[in-house]
Amino acid sequence: MAGAALALEAVTKAYGRQPAVDGVTLAIAPGERFALLGHNGAGKTTLLKLALGLTRPDGGRVETLGTLPGSPDWTGAKRGIGFLPENVAFAGAMSGRETIRFYGRLKGVGRAACEEALAQVGLAGVAEKRVKTYSKGMRQRLGFAQAILGSPRLLILDEPTGGLDPDSRRAFHATLAGLARQGTAIVLSSHVLTEVEAGTDRVGIMRRGRLAACGTADELKRRAGLAVTIRVAVRPGGGARLAAALDGRPATRINDHAVEIGCAAGEKRVLIERILGLGDEVEDIEIVPPGLDAVYARFGGAGREGAP
Amino acid sequence: MSAVAVIAGREVLAGVRNRWMLAATLLLGALALTLAFVGSSPVGAVDATRLSITVVSLSSLSVFLVPLIGLLVSYDALVGEIERGTMPLLMTCPVTRWRIVLGKFAGQVAILVVATVAGFGIAALATGLGDGSDADAWGAFGIMVGGSILLGAAFIALGTLFSAVVAERGTAAGVSVAAWLVFVVLFDMALLAILVADEGQAVSGELFRVLLLLNPTDVYRMLTLAGSETVGALSGMAGVSAEAAFGPALLVPVMLLWIAVPLGLAGLLFGRKEL
Repeated sequence: MAGAALALEAVTKAYGRQPAVDGVTLAIAPGERFALLGHNGAGKTTLLKLALGLTRPDGGRVETLGTLPGSPDWTGAKRGIGFLPENVAFAGAMSGRETIRFYGRLKGVGRAACEEALAQVGLAGVAEKRVKTYSKGMRQRLGFAQAILGSPRLLILDEPTGGLDPDSRRAFHATLAGLARQGTAIVLSSHVLTEVEAGTDRVGIMRRGRLAACGTADELKRRAGLAVTIRVAVRPGGGARLAAALDGRPATRINDHAVEIGCAAGEKRVLIERILGLGDEVEDIEIVPPGLDAVYARFGGAGREGAP
Repeated sequence: MSAVAVIAGREVLAGVRNRWMLAATLLLGALALTLAFVGSSPVGAVDATRLSITVVSLSSLSVFLVPLIGLLVSYDALVGEIERGTMPLLMTCPVTRWRIVLGKFAGQVAILVVATVAGFGIAALATGLGDGSDADAWGAFGIMVGGSILLGAAFIALGTLFSAVVAERGTAAGVSVAAWLVFVVLFDMALLAILVADEGQAVSGELFRVLLLLNPTDVYRMLTLAGSETVGALSGMAGVSAEAAFGPALLVPVMLLWIAVPLGLAGLLFGRKEL
């Protein structure tokens, strides 16, 4: 774990008898983009709070930027951390510019860097307006601006894209990619699985406080052993021949001449050969690999944590 | 700029923007002016200036109002930010928790200083100028303003402590109201009841003097009303002053303790707080 931007070793934290984080070991390298996935109550936010020193572990060891949260060096170490909490809030009576300069002064960042951060999130034009007039998306962007102030070495983002429109999300991910290239380690929690798949290097899936799975998106898909989906469209009237070719294999009907068939990765070639044997009858064939949603359902379980 | 000054500056800005500072100044100013003109009218042939009488009236008013303003400004200083969700950002900035507490305290005291000096100053200027008020009366006024600021700071420190202890703003508000009642009303009533019931048997003069130090509002009374000869005579505190025999040399440090101890406890508790 030496040199890791964030290192957790057998970390546990419970609220009352309810374990929120249960024996999590994890290391995030500089420049790595890591996504934490899990249902509400799975322990994601508690894990981030432990990394930020907002709460203390009951057991195990947390090292953030090589420093134990709460230790004498912790205040200095926090200079290297950027944080965007879920549902970020600011004093409504202050303007966007006053808000960002306030955090800039506390972080030892100059006015020019504050203006740059405002411009980067597209708020330079409304920086003089009071924060209470901002929409949820604008507040979220202001939160992101203060998080990236001073180019932190570790950026921790809790559900960062809630309230952002598609354009803002694209800009957000482009900024993250740029920071990661400069060596910033990024840890984000999210429910937006499709975004996570494209915008992160590694994914951890949390379930009931435990890290149920951890790896690249491709690794997780392989380990989950999930079926690929083959979508076949035949010419009108070719349904019967397709059914014969599938030889009783269950298929989901999409419409009169198209079906979806699930198959294990190892059976894929044989099945495709059979379908292609139908010749001109086949209008289209599409292979859909398992998405992260399916992996999430496999490792994260279904429904909210603690639900019966 | 130090983190304490940055946080204090934001508190003052918020106090200006949400009209807190203006409201407190207007409240103190309006009541002070009313007391100055209505309360000091019976000067007549009494050997006292209008300013001396105004100081006596204002001191009695301050004992009730200044603690209330102090508690209202500070009761949600920490718990309010936690509840509104603004505290996690502040706590992850490179600032110690002690400095967060000190910065918020300093900002709130600054708001109180402006409200007290401006509010009471208006009344002093309205009554003190032009009627030949002597240096003693102006000195008593200065002690009263300084004492009011110390009293307010003590209650801001208490409000900050409540804010660090409780988990919800509503609870902090309830505890603050209770504290105001205890320190401003019930403590003296209880003391009086004990004295009457005891008839000077167990509670000696010395014990009585020490008991008075356990309440910042009583420390303030001794400091301001007994601090000047004329004001002491007018307020009927001259006898108490002689009896109590506590001078500013003791009373000011005691008041500073009333600020430092709750603030220190608030810093300790907030330092251990988990979000």
